[in-house]
Amino acid sequence: MWKWLHPYAKGEATYRLLGLWQPWLSGLALIFVTVGLVWGLFYAPPDYQQGDSYRIIFIHVPSAMFSMGAYTGMAIAALIALVWQIRTAEWAIAAIAPVGATLTFVALFTGAVWGKPMWGTWWEWDARLTSQLILLFLYIGVLALYYAFNDARTGAKAAAILALVGVINVPIIHFSVYWWNSLHQGATITKFEKPSMPPEMLIPLLISIAGFLFLTAALITQRLRNEILKQELHRPWAMEKLGVEANDGV
Amino acid sequence: MAFDSWQEVIWMGGYGFYVWLAFGVSILAIAILVVHGLLTRKKLAQMAVKKQQQQQRIARRKQQERHRSMVTNDSTS
Amino acid sequence: MNKASSWQLLSAVMRRDLAVALRRRSDVINPLLFVVIVVTLFPLAVGPGPDVLGRIATGVIWVAALLSSLLGSERLFRDDFLDGNLEQLVLSPAPLPFLALGKIVVHWLLSGLPLVILAPVCALLLKLPFEAWGTLMLTLLVGTPMLSAMTAVGAALTVSLGRGGALLSLLLLPLFIPLLIFAAAAVESTLVGTSAYGQVLLLAGLMLLTLTLAPLAVAAAIRVSVN
Repeated sequence: MWKWLHPYAKGEATYRLLGLWQPWLSGLALIFVTVGLVWGLFYAPPDYQQGDSYRIIFIHVPSAMFSMGAYTGMAIAALIALVWQIRTAEWAIAAIAPVGATLTFVALFTGAVWGKPMWGTWWEWDARLTSQLILLFLYIGVLALYYAFNDARTGAKAAAILALVGVINVPIIHFSVYWWNSLHQGATITKFEKPSMPPEMLIPLLISIAGFLFLTAALITQRLRNEILKQELHRPWAMEKLGVEANDGV
Repeated sequence: MAFDSWQEVIWMGGYGFYVWLAFGVSILAIAILVVHGLLTRKKLAQMAVKKQQQQQRIARRKQQERHRSMVTNDSTS
Repeated sequence: MNKASSWQLLSAVMRRDLAVALRRRSDVINPLLFVVIVVTLFPLAVGPGPDVLGRIATGVIWVAALLSSLLGSERLFRDDFLDGNLEQLVLSPAPLPFLALGKIVVHWLLSGLPLVILAPVCALLLKLPFEAWGTLMLTLLVGTPMLSAMTAVGAALTVSLGRGGALLSLLLLPLFIPLLIFAAAAVESTLVGTSAYGQVLLLAGLMLLTLTLAPLAVAAAIRVSVN
């Protein structure tokens, strides 16, 4: 595996590979998200309890899923960056964090907007919403640390350590927030619980989840390619990729 | 289609404001992310052009200097 | 390098840190004063009635403790970084996480322990019912080592930045949330008359986990910062 993986530690090879993937990921993301959301918005039947307000689920659940998935991905990149000193993995942290933070924001916002008609308030200290909020803080912390240093390399490594510290804390924070919530609220919020979803709702939700998976991957790919170019701008290949004839060594 | 008319689609059984607000802001947030990525790329291209011009300037300067030194060498010898 | 000299190095580092801190007493005393002042502000803001104050007392004391731990945190590595001591620690033959743990312990002795001793005064000011004082002090005793350890991670990460203060609180405060929740719950359950045993044990478990892992993170962060 090492032999296969090693060339991709170099910026140019990774850039090429990601360039091959990007159109496919973007295309699949566009198709799946559009189909999933249009189906969910216009064709899925209304919920017998929540009426049409439940349609927010088609954005809320996928974005919440991949907001946490992206954090895991970022932590894995951080581990690779620290253990094997692979620069592409360092840049991946900077590429994943904004995407994850945006997904977290989307999950939070849709959760709050859904909460208004269901709970009668924009913000409920619901365990899920609270831990999403904390996840957003963690993302912002990683990003802030990444860009706080003059030396990009130091910033990336510091952010990698923070991401790893965060990933150990995420389950503890989740557990504590859920526990805190059950202590203070009792089991009042059961409206989000959906033990069995009819297939007419489940299928568009699954399509939407798949779409968000591709969307997350496409967004990360786009940002990672930018980051590689930015860091390798002094090399001729990066200049060529940006449509400029590089002429060093003249 | 779960709705009979476009009005009903917008009305969403009374939840239209919330549903469309959630969808609108979410799509906007992701669109901002995409556009930011594209703008970054454009900015990188501009930086590359600037860098290239710089390199060309340096190359030209070097050539001139080489030329001039050759000329002065000729005159002194 | 044999084991004995690692211990010697550790004790040298700890004694030095203690001596430096005791010569600049204001650095130790100011965060404690901060806690007392924050605790004084709350009755002025929400009114002096014992029903309100008693209910929010634990939360106020704990939040004040979290914030004060951030205040003193820059001193943890900043001077050592500036005068090159940190590089000596990195180059020293003793394992760096081991020395980092020593620094954490000294930091706790100077910031956490005084807070535990100060807790009854705060509890008195906020009219916390007397039966909960013991639990409050116990949670502080078990929780403040975690504070010191996590603060050390943040301080080590931001030590090479001139302006780490605001960033540090952004990095650290979200990570303190479980600590806050369990500590408040422990005191709460004493107040309603049930045992706080479970929550305190949970806190102790978290403390051991943090004290095991945090020195490794501190060591890694110091290596990054010193380079």
